[in-house]
Amino acid sequence: MSSPVEIIRPRAKQRPGDRVFSASALIAGSLILAILAAVAGFLVLQGIPGIAADPESVSIYAEGIDFTSFVIPLIFGTLWAAALALAMALPLAIGIALFISHYAPRRLAQGLGYIMDLLAAVPSVVFGLWGANVLAGAIQPSFVWLEENLGWIPLFAGPASGTGRTMLTAAIVLAVMILPIITAISREVFLQTPPLYEEAALALGATRWEMIRTVVLPFGRPGVISGAMLGLGRALGETMAVAMVLSGSGIITFDIISSENPLTIAANVALRFPEAYGINVNVLIATGLILFAITLIVNSIARYIVNRRKDFSGAN
Amino acid sequence: MVSTVSPPQAVTNPLTAGRLPTAVPWGILAGTLAASAAVFGLLQASTAEEDYNIVGAVFFGVVGYVVLIYIVSRLVEGTRRATDRFVTALVGLAFVIAMLPLISLVFTVLAQGSGRIDLDFFTLSLRNVLGEGGGAAHAIIGTLLMTGVATLISVPIGLLTSIYLVEYGRGRLAQAITFLVDVMTGIPSIVAGLFAFALFELILGPGTRVGLSGAIALTVLMLPVVVRSSEEILRLVPNELREASYALGVPKWLTILKVVIPTAIAGITTGVMLSIARVIGETAPLLIAAGFSNNFNFDLTEGRMQSLPVYVYYSYISQGTDFQPYIDRAWAGALTLIAIVMILNLGARLVARIFAPKLGR
Repeated sequence: MSSPVEIIRPRAKQRPGDRVFSASALIAGSLILAILAAVAGFLVLQGIPGIAADPESVSIYAEGIDFTSFVIPLIFGTLWAAALALAMALPLAIGIALFISHYAPRRLAQGLGYIMDLLAAVPSVVFGLWGANVLAGAIQPSFVWLEENLGWIPLFAGPASGTGRTMLTAAIVLAVMILPIITAISREVFLQTPPLYEEAALALGATRWEMIRTVVLPFGRPGVISGAMLGLGRALGETMAVAMVLSGSGIITFDIISSENPLTIAANVALRFPEAYGINVNVLIATGLILFAITLIVNSIARYIVNRRKDFSGAN
Repeated sequence: MVSTVSPPQAVTNPLTAGRLPTAVPWGILAGTLAASAAVFGLLQASTAEEDYNIVGAVFFGVVGYVVLIYIVSRLVEGTRRATDRFVTALVGLAFVIAMLPLISLVFTVLAQGSGRIDLDFFTLSLRNVLGEGGGAAHAIIGTLLMTGVATLISVPIGLLTSIYLVEYGRGRLAQAITFLVDVMTGIPSIVAGLFAFALFELILGPGTRVGLSGAIALTVLMLPVVVRSSEEILRLVPNELREASYALGVPKWLTILKVVIPTAIAGITTGVMLSIARVIGETAPLLIAAGFSNNFNFDLTEGRMQSLPVYVYYSYISQGTDFQPYIDRAWAGALTLIAIVMILNLGARLVARIFAPKLGR
């Protein structure tokens, strides 16, 4: 610095505009941190009194029930409904993604992809309305059939619900709702399979299915897994469709066609919150906190899988 | 064709030998569909049901095709090609199955909802309405107000955050923000509602349900979507543009403002419209945070505020003794909601197509 022959380094001049702009961008970014911290903070703050509350003072508890025995059937219902939905949606989604990426003609494929995106945009309350009014009635006869012919499987033990508003119906609605998410991500990954690999497989005499089995599916597996996890996260948190379709009670059962079903956390909150008062509100917020934790874990696993294989993400 | 050396034999093309002609699968598909349609027709005639089960007919027709094409192909073409055709048929079947609920949904909403789409529905509230009549104007206004405020909050913050991540962010803070945006994307909508409720309960006292609270809940859901989509678009802006601008001596903030953002504006607009479409149909958070009401309310800071999704939900669950008008209103609300979402989606795509930057030559 002191030497007379100073090297002129073209340092960027710090203009006021630059400072204001970069500072506001930084503040906005930090706001995200603050908001997320606030979400977690307020839920904990309001939820802790609900967990610690004396069971006698909580009017939404049934006789002889405390927070743990109140929340466990709900957690079970949440996981069970989401798992059923995923089991139904995943094979279908892989099929549709393959159809769009490798089977349909290119022109048609674009339109089909657009239709799947529209399916994703349909609001959940509309799905709920459709599930409760149309699907439940249409599917109920098959419950009777399932009970009569497959009743020896615990899933279909029955007695079959007369209204069709069962766990299976709710899971089907959930499956339809998460289908577009899993499809979109799987399709994206399948499309990124290097064409050279595909052509090499075909040149070796593989049929289209053999090419897909040996090249496309192994290549796309991480993407499909993360898509499935994101779909699972959506199914876990989905509220209205379940609240409108399922007629639930606080029991634990694997029977998916009877009229006695476990509710999910989100649906339980939506159904009880509008009328809740006092400490009941805190109990419901505490269950919401548990739901938050569950979806956080599921989504983090999904992100971890995606980030481990960054090349597959759609952005690049 | 008569030969004295070998028995009469059709000339076969060795390249197509052992393969089904292209028309055969289509023929089988048409055949099974027709057979299935006929069976269901007979079933309908014998059980005297009034509705023809078109879903069942298509479904079993396609399932029949899957089975039949496998058998035929296995006889003519061998196991490997048969498996290939089997999977092709299965993939097609998956697509048909996925389309069925969508078609059913669209048809029901159109059929049931169009009955109540009239002037009253868009001009009246449900104040003092028991039974027939009434409208959803108060709900539509509530939805527009709350979504509007949520957009006003989340677009500047989201856009600036994405600018930070793309243009400024280096190191740990940027990584943390990227991770937390991902976490935020996964927040269940009802948890966002509970957060807004808890927040306003602390500020304004227990049991507060106001429109602003609903808007905050929607902001929590909308913000990560805006950040994600803008970030992806900003990253697509070619670096050459930025460098050309710096080379001309333009400061960084002006480069971002005058070069980067104008190039990306179409994509950003599309992202914002899609994020609005995503939150405008949210029911659970508004049910928790903003409550429900049968009256007009234009004040976001005072009193409960109805929104269209909650309107649909309440029309459905609190049916009166004469339930038909309530159901009709629920379907009409659902139709309006779907129409809004579709218009936003189509508009977003249109913006993306028309105002896309003219890159390349």
